[in-house]
Amino acid sequence: MSVTKPIYFDYSATTPTDPRVAKKMCSFLTMDDGLFGNAASRSHQYGWDAEKAIDEARNNVAALIAADPKEIVWTSGATESDNLAIKGVAHFYKKKGNHIITSKTEHKAVLDTCRQLEREGFEVTYLDPQESGLIDLNKLEAAMRDETILVSIMHVNNEIGVIQDVAAIGELCRSRKILFHVDAAQSCGKVAIDVDAMKIDLLSMSAHKIYGPKGMGALYVRRKPRVRLEAQMHGGGHERGMRSGTLATHQIVGMGEAFRLAKEEMASENERVRMLRDRLMNGLSDIEEVYVNGDVEQRVPHNLNISFNFVEGESLMMALSDLAVSSGSACTSASLEPSYVLRALGRSDELAHSSIRFSIGRFTTEADVDHAIKLCHDKIQKLRDLSPLWDMYKEGIDLSTVQWSAH
Amino acid sequence: MAYSDKVMDHYENPRNVGSLDGDEADVGTGMVGAPACGDVMRLQIKVSEEGVIEDACFKTYGCGSAIASSSLVTEWVKGKTLDEAATIKNSDIAEELALPPVKIHCSVLAEDAIKAAITDYKSKQ
Repeated sequence: MSVTKPIYFDYSATTPTDPRVAKKMCSFLTMDDGLFGNAASRSHQYGWDAEKAIDEARNNVAALIAADPKEIVWTSGATESDNLAIKGVAHFYKKKGNHIITSKTEHKAVLDTCRQLEREGFEVTYLDPQESGLIDLNKLEAAMRDETILVSIMHVNNEIGVIQDVAAIGELCRSRKILFHVDAAQSCGKVAIDVDAMKIDLLSMSAHKIYGPKGMGALYVRRKPRVRLEAQMHGGGHERGMRSGTLATHQIVGMGEAFRLAKEEMASENERVRMLRDRLMNGLSDIEEVYVNGDVEQRVPHNLNISFNFVEGESLMMALSDLAVSSGSACTSASLEPSYVLRALGRSDELAHSSIRFSIGRFTTEADVDHAIKLCHDKIQKLRDLSPLWDMYKEGIDLSTVQWSAH
Repeated sequence: MAYSDKVMDHYENPRNVGSLDGDEADVGTGMVGAPACGDVMRLQIKVSEEGVIEDACFKTYGCGSAIASSSLVTEWVKGKTLDEAATIKNSDIAEELALPPVKIHCSVLAEDAIKAAITDYKSKQ
């Protein structure tokens, strides 16, 4: 085992908290700093100070998505935001209709929430994306019915990084008076968001994907025209009744600071990160039989999801133990099912099992990328020398014609 | 997931990687698994006239545990008679490599590969 930690290439899984954010959060915890108050305490300075800090954070989060601060509801993360948005709308508007549309490549927080609603009697349409990963607007329109109350489509896919045309989807939903929810966990701070221009009614956000703390998120809920939700968490009536629970001041301050920095630095950071990603992509492109998964153009700058044909993802991750990356292969799970996102794009099982996601971020350097390129070249050769599939490919055998003994 | 030292050793230094000529009468080839499941093993044995496995080699597409399982069985079958080799159980492989429950299928596959190679050899005789 190497003593040094692997180089981090998994910024889409989570990011380290920015030191500037962590520093600010720390000042909202102890008696010495005196900023530990409960924002719901209206009778003394401690409460007022906490409320002021939370208001400031709310402004910063709202500013990144061009919303009104009153439209921000604090949650414990994007998973809770997705649950609150989808179940909240479904339960509130169930007399209006019982149909929801989403896509097969959504995050599990959306898919599993929809499955739950199906058990409760709702009908859900799961759209197949195109091979690029993008939603076909014609298919979306065709799926809309009179009973459709909600469309939930993610802005940026967590595995392949493709950016959906949410403005076009928003336009379509608005024209049909259907509410539109966007899971923006992977897009905040990476892609410009304007909830009015994009006609978004609900938008899920996460702090830890953009250098804020884990366990913190927010849901944007449109006020004009007003979107109603049935609360999923009952209690003290916090967040205008939509999400009760004492506000976690230090977490909220962290998210606010992270979003403020993201707004300030997004343009320059995107440019730098894109340069690194392209360097990585170009450095790997001379390996035989590599495939980029998902649309290359309509894609966030920090994501590279790539399949090295005839090399299984988990063994590749082992070989690349100097790098912290993730794989679309699911050999570690009992199911043995490869990435459902890659399968939904029509990728073969082999290619889905052979995929690696690199995600680059604020603290990635050129030297990190160059090291990764060299390592991939060496290890892929080693694993292909071990691979019977590579032998067969080299012998000109079409693997799709082979009778495999599935197990 | 943490791998055992034995898995890491076989993965880092796989034994008997390679191919034998599958058309030869004294060679048995077992190919098991499927790309769709994320693992394919090819195990080949060369059998002497006395019915003893004198050489064995493998190639595996799959996770570290699958590679280690197949590497291990090439070591185990060498010098064994076909009947002896056929008694190797997946549980022996899993125990030797300290495979966690989610990786037991890798050892099952390795056992299947031995059996398939023996069957292939016998069918040629």
